Amino acid sequence: MNTVIFRTIAPLIVSIMLVFSVYVCLRGHNEPGGGFIGGLIAASAIAIFGMSSGVERVRAAIRVDPLSIAGFGVFIAGLSGLMSLFTGSPFLTSIWLYLDLGETVLPLSTPMIFDIGVYLVVFGTISAIALALEGEGGDI
Amino acid sequence: MGPSLDASIALAALGPFLAAALAPVVHRFAGRYAGWVLAVVPASIFIFLLGFIEPIASRRFVQASLEWVPSYGLNLSFFIDGLSLTFALTISGIGALIILYAGSYLAGHPHQGRFLGFMLAFMGAMLGLVLADNMLALFMFWELTSVTSFLLIGFDHARQAARRGAIQALVITNIGGMGLLLGVILVQQLTGTWEISGLRGLGDGMREHGLYPLVLILFLMAAFTKSAQFPLHFWLPNAMEAPTPVSAFLHSATMVQGGVYLLSRMTPFLGGTDMWTVTLVSFGGVTLIWGALGSIRQTDLKQMLAQTTIASLGLLVLLIGLGNEAAIAAVVVYFIAHALYKAGLFMVAGAIDHETGTRDITLLSGLSDKMPLTFIGAALAALSMVGLPLTLGYLGKEEMYLALADADWRSWLLLAVLVIGNALLAGVAMALAIKPFLGPLATTPKSPHEAPIAMLIGPLVLGGLGIGVAVMTDWFAHDIVVPAASTVLDVAVESHLSLALKPTSILFWLSVLTWVLGVLVFLQMAAIRTTLRRLDAAIGWTLDQGFDSVMFGLIRFSGAVTRFFHHGKLELYLVVVFAGLALAVMVPVLGMGGMDVLLPTHELGDWSAKLSWPDLRIYEWGVIALAVLGLGALLTASSRLVAILALGVQGTAVALIFLLFGAPDLAFTQFMVEILSVVILTLVMTRLRLDERDHRQFEDWARDGTLAIVCGAGVSLLLMVVLSGTLDPRMSDFFTATSVPIAHGHNIVNVILVDYRGFDTLGEISVVMAAGIAILALIRGKKKPGTLAPDVAKRQRKSALKAAK
Repeated sequence: MNTVIFRTIAPLIVSIMLVFSVYVCLRGHNEPGGGFIGGLIAASAIAIFGMSSGVERVRAAIRVDPLSIAGFGVFIAGLSGLMSLFTGSPFLTSIWLYLDLGETVLPLSTPMIFDIGVYLVVFGTISAIALALEGEGGDI
Repeated sequence: MGPSLDASIALAALGPFLAAALAPVVHRFAGRYAGWVLAVVPASIFIFLLGFIEPIASRRFVQASLEWVPSYGLNLSFFIDGLSLTFALTISGIGALIILYAGSYLAGHPHQGRFLGFMLAFMGAMLGLVLADNMLALFMFWELTSVTSFLLIGFDHARQAARRGAIQALVITNIGGMGLLLGVILVQQLTGTWEISGLRGLGDGMREHGLYPLVLILFLMAAFTKSAQFPLHFWLPNAMEAPTPVSAFLHSATMVQGGVYLLSRMTPFLGGTDMWTVTLVSFGGVTLIWGALGSIRQTDLKQMLAQTTIASLGLLVLLIGLGNEAAIAAVVVYFIAHALYKAGLFMVAGAIDHETGTRDITLLSGLSDKMPLTFIGAALAALSMVGLPLTLGYLGKEEMYLALADADWRSWLLLAVLVIGNALLAGVAMALAIKPFLGPLATTPKSPHEAPIAMLIGPLVLGGLGIGVAVMTDWFAHDIVVPAASTVLDVAVESHLSLALKPTSILFWLSVLTWVLGVLVFLQMAAIRTTLRRLDAAIGWTLDQGFDSVMFGLIRFSGAVTRFFHHGKLELYLVVVFAGLALAVMVPVLGMGGMDVLLPTHELGDWSAKLSWPDLRIYEWGVIALAVLGLGALLTASSRLVAILALGVQGTAVALIFLLFGAPDLAFTQFMVEILSVVILTLVMTRLRLDERDHRQFEDWARDGTLAIVCGAGVSLLLMVVLSGTLDPRMSDFFTATSVPIAHGHNIVNVILVDYRGFDTLGEISVVMAAGIAILALIRGKKKPGTLAPDVAKRQRKSALKAAK
């Protein structure tokens, strides 16, 4: 499987998948997509990257332990829920903020942060598992 | 009563916890004076409480309340009446002296700050327990005393005996704690109040209620475990593994008196029935004699004292059971007398141990010259314990004999029990005060000298109080005993305490008889001890060992249960999981009328007419063909890799179906899940053999195949049943209508996930992450078998051996 073609093209595929995953995550509120799917796409990208270039390079590239990313995801998802306490409403009540950038209006919200948290958890957990297995599994 | 009083009463109960938190810091700065500094906290509580004596003596009780959980109508309420004041004064007063003592006893110990913190926290729990009005608060403080005493008893946690003692105390008292919780909830359900003060006047209704025996048993469970009644008394001697200040505090005025307090508190509500009287009197009587004999059997000073504590607790329980005016007055007097002399004697025992290096009474002798002040402290305490005139012990003894003064044969029997019990205790008291101090000086591990001042204040002050308070008989009777006894009995009680000796009264001659018997016991102690030990050896089994057997049995039992369910065979786990799934889907479909919906009985005749060729487009047929193809390939795969890929093909076909029928989100996710499943399964399988075919025995093949077909058919049938009915549209209508206006999103699926049901999702992602951690642990654990816990590794080796066979 570790052919020259695969190794050459993999980084390209991986980068496209990663960008696409962010796109899918962010558009999720209004169109098909969301944090869960985005995270899965990104994790697949990492798995492909790991197969083509070796686990060590992937770990060097993402710098932090994937499981920490997952932990951070749970953390910010929880934090986004706590925001609503400032407005006196119950945990996880959404807060919306429309930023007027002149040409367009940028909607920011706590559900978006929450969804990013979901993205990070799925991405981090699946990548961690895939990388751990790839690092152990020998040649594929 | 302003809020400031509320707050200050609450602070009396909660203040020690604050002090406990600060104790390590205080110890760091004050060093060897930490005891002096921290003793200020209980001392000021004691002085604050002294101010309540006058109002309580005239007005009966003071209440204070803080909001606790307002949404449930729960208040952290406290009240002070005669009973709680008596207990709280004893606890805080003795507590101050103990903290002082502990500061000196453990001087230089690296964890002294922590120790003082535990002590103060325990004191807070105890004060909260006796001051609490709300019964849930009472339960909470009750459990806190168990937890903090666990920490105290196990303070010297490097020793196995200390750990065992701590665990034993925790287990036994927590069994009682569970009883208390149930009892409290039951009482609240029956009466509708959480407040003890709200139970006033409800006692008659309670005593006639059908559930009365249950309530009584639950409360007695709590009181008997805490107050070490036979046959659950054995945790108390083992708790002597604690440093001496702990024993001096826990086993004189606090911990073990929690049960006595509870029984006294519940007397107006639960007391007075035959069941109450018979149970309390018989358990108390047996405990009294058992403990008194037990103390003679011992030669270790602390163990002797521990056994006499059991005896005294039995005595108190017996008196509460009797429940007449004199008996309750005796409870109050004896409780105070006992707390004073027992704390003093424990402190003396600790001082002797500290200065000579031994606590064995047979090795100690002639210390009076070297430790004169300690001797005075011991002598004062022993006078009260023997019950000689002019002491509190005398008042208590006269009062308890008075309680049995009616000429009934049962009274005579109990009187005999009391006299014998008191005589045995008196003998032990004489031994404790005379044997170590008089006679020729014996050589001890350390050369003896007088204890430091902080360790002498306690015994001397307490010993002095044992006489001083008794001398102020009228004040003591009127301001302390009468309010407390009146609270317990819920009627105004007259006092008849008197120090005067009345040779015309039979009570006086009973006292004399007690002293004479006590002297005999003292003189013959060695002989009685030998006999008792022989008896013990003949029985050869103790309740303490019984506890061990029960605990080990429990551990073995849970081990067996765990091994039964957690056998480590993945195949069987999966079989159980899928069998469960099959049941979960098949039961509603077949058993609960699902099939009738799908295929009504009256249409059974022409069922073939209902079957028609589905009207599908050509590409839809294509997708179905792909799914079937994948399935076929999976079943006939020549190697595991092919099987995994075939499964992926089948899953992809399902994803396509989702896409075709308007669920893009679902399809999207399904695609990704399929891809990742194939990748991860493949990676997992690389540890096994990818290029092989699965080998299964025919039985396994049949079992797995059946399960798969039942599960698949079940899920399909269930879906068909669900879809053949009409779906309640309210939920989907609600989401469709509100998704944009209130959640600002057009993708309803995602909006539900991140907004409407965000809390679910938060839980789910936490589970995902936890699962990830577990999987990583599995993978890494496999990598380095040496890092596994030894028993796990052993079990793995065993199962590997079995597999090899």
